[in-house]
Amino acid sequence: MISIRNVSKRFGPQVVLDRVSLEIEAGKATAIVGPSGVGKSVLLKLIMGIMDPDEGEILVCGENITRARSEHEKNEIRAQLGVLFQSAALFDSLTVYENIAFPVEQRFSLAKEQVHKKVIDTACSLSLERYLLSYPEEIPMGVRKRVGLARALIMEPSIFLFDEPNTGLDPVVGQEVYDLINHCRERWGFTGVVISHEIPEVFQVVDRVAMLLGGRVIECCSPEEFIRTSNLAVQQFMKGLTDGPIKIQ
Amino acid sequence: MPFVAATESIGRHVMDVSENWGRSCIFLFRTLGQAVRPPYQFHLFIAQLLHIGANSTLVIALIGLFTGAVLAVQGEYTLAKFGATAYVGSAVALSLIRELGPVLTALMVIGRAGSAITAEIGIMRITEQIDALRSMAVDPLKYLMVPRLLAGIIAVPLLTGMFITVGIFGGYAVAVGLLGLSSGTFMTQMISAVSSLDVYSGFIKAVVFGFIFGWVACYKGYTCGFGAVGVNRATTQSVVTASVAVLVVDYFLTSILTRVFME
Ligand SMILES: Nc1ncnc2c1ncn2[C@@H]1O[C@H](COP(=O)(O)OP(=O)(O)OP(=O)(O)O)[C@@H](O)[C@H]1O
Ligand SMILES: [Mg+2]
Repeated sequence: MISIRNVSKRFGPQVVLDRVSLEIEAGKATAIVGPSGVGKSVLLKLIMGIMDPDEGEILVCGENITRARSEHEKNEIRAQLGVLFQSAALFDSLTVYENIAFPVEQRFSLAKEQVHKKVIDTACSLSLERYLLSYPEEIPMGVRKRVGLARALIMEPSIFLFDEPNTGLDPVVGQEVYDLINHCRERWGFTGVVISHEIPEVFQVVDRVAMLLGGRVIECCSPEEFIRTSNLAVQQFMKGLTDGPIKIQ
Repeated sequence: MPFVAATESIGRHVMDVSENWGRSCIFLFRTLGQAVRPPYQFHLFIAQLLHIGANSTLVIALIGLFTGAVLAVQGEYTLAKFGATAYVGSAVALSLIRELGPVLTALMVIGRAGSAITAEIGIMRITEQIDALRSMAVDPLKYLMVPRLLAGIIAVPLLTGMFITVGIFGGYAVAVGLLGLSSGTFMTQMISAVSSLDVYSGFIKAVVFGFIFGWVACYKGYTCGFGAVGVNRATTQSVVTASVAVLVVDYFLTSILTRVFME
């Protein structure tokens, strides 16, 4: 479903991704973990085609998004994606309601009542009813994340790209978000990528785990194998030790 | 090796400037391409027209009024030296229509709305809202830039028209009410001196300035750097670049239009 092939990305002298390859199969969810600043969010932006890699290519549903010539071609590929940004990236001049309705209004020409029904359904599934008329500035970060999630889910996309869906949420709501993701998995057959720092909680919604370190994928396996791996960096990362191959930069 | 260093630095500067030019032209062509491609979102355009145009009317009217008034005072002073105070009406109207109306309106709109547009788009850029638009398969050029560019092209000429009208009224009030010129002379001299070509030339300038305003404000916001400093720099550059561009283009346009309309 998503093939990342030998992708490199540099910002000036800083090499963020160094020939990364990763396959994300249809109907499977992959967690991407790794220390802060290894380029997890950058990898997600490369998949959506809002950054271009220096080398390598990325195929989404067989379409090469890195070779797409125009923004128009890229948009046809992006129409299948549901994206949650790390910062939620809500439109601050629109209310929560308008934010959730935005992709539907922009991409489909539906009647107002149909849009309204979709927004209310999605908002209810994330317990957002009481925030619908607030502006993003007025609501806590955890709620913003859920609004971002609603905005991604309302299009019923075939591929989900979630950048830290749980960071900033309290444990109860956090678990609710995991349940929601699992619910989507059952309902639509979830293909996607979830970036998270929450180990092992995130394992309940994914089939594979990939760990990025030093610009490379150092481990890519099932959650069970990930827990039992002998890789020292993975062990250190899971246990949160300060001693080991991962150096704090 | 100061010579080599100087050459290098000049070379780098020239490359930067030409790269910036190239990018801004590509940005403009892509925005214009999006402008003609359906669907057309009129409500976004109307909202911008309101923001750039309607909300500027009061300040533009105020400046217009005082510009006209000061032109009458200055005109009377200068023309009195030649015993030609009868021409105050023509002097006020011609300066406003051909020059001051379009230029001052454009500079005012740049200061008021141009900086606001750059800051707004710049903040959308640094808070990933533009990335979010793109990830939802919505073209930011179409959604954000097209309405602003078109609203600028429509609003600046309309505001210019208002500036000139109010300005002539201000000039009239001062010349006739305070300086004691005859109302009939003011009006007849003004009407006989101003030709439709003067009005066309003022109008063409206003359209071009509106276009420069929208282009620079959107481009500077879209290419905004990181953080608060990035927005700060983008806003400053937007106002400075657009104002300088308006004055430089004004000189060339005036030369060209005067020559064309003389023939
Ligand atoms: N637009 C950009 N320009 C320059 N450098 C960038 C840009 N975007 C990201 N970087 C750099 O790339 C590196 C990776 O950033 P990224 O946001 O992908 O980290 P991350 O793995 O998501 O970290 P976190 O877990 O903290 O979110 C960082 O060092 C960052 O400074
Ligand atoms: Mg990140």
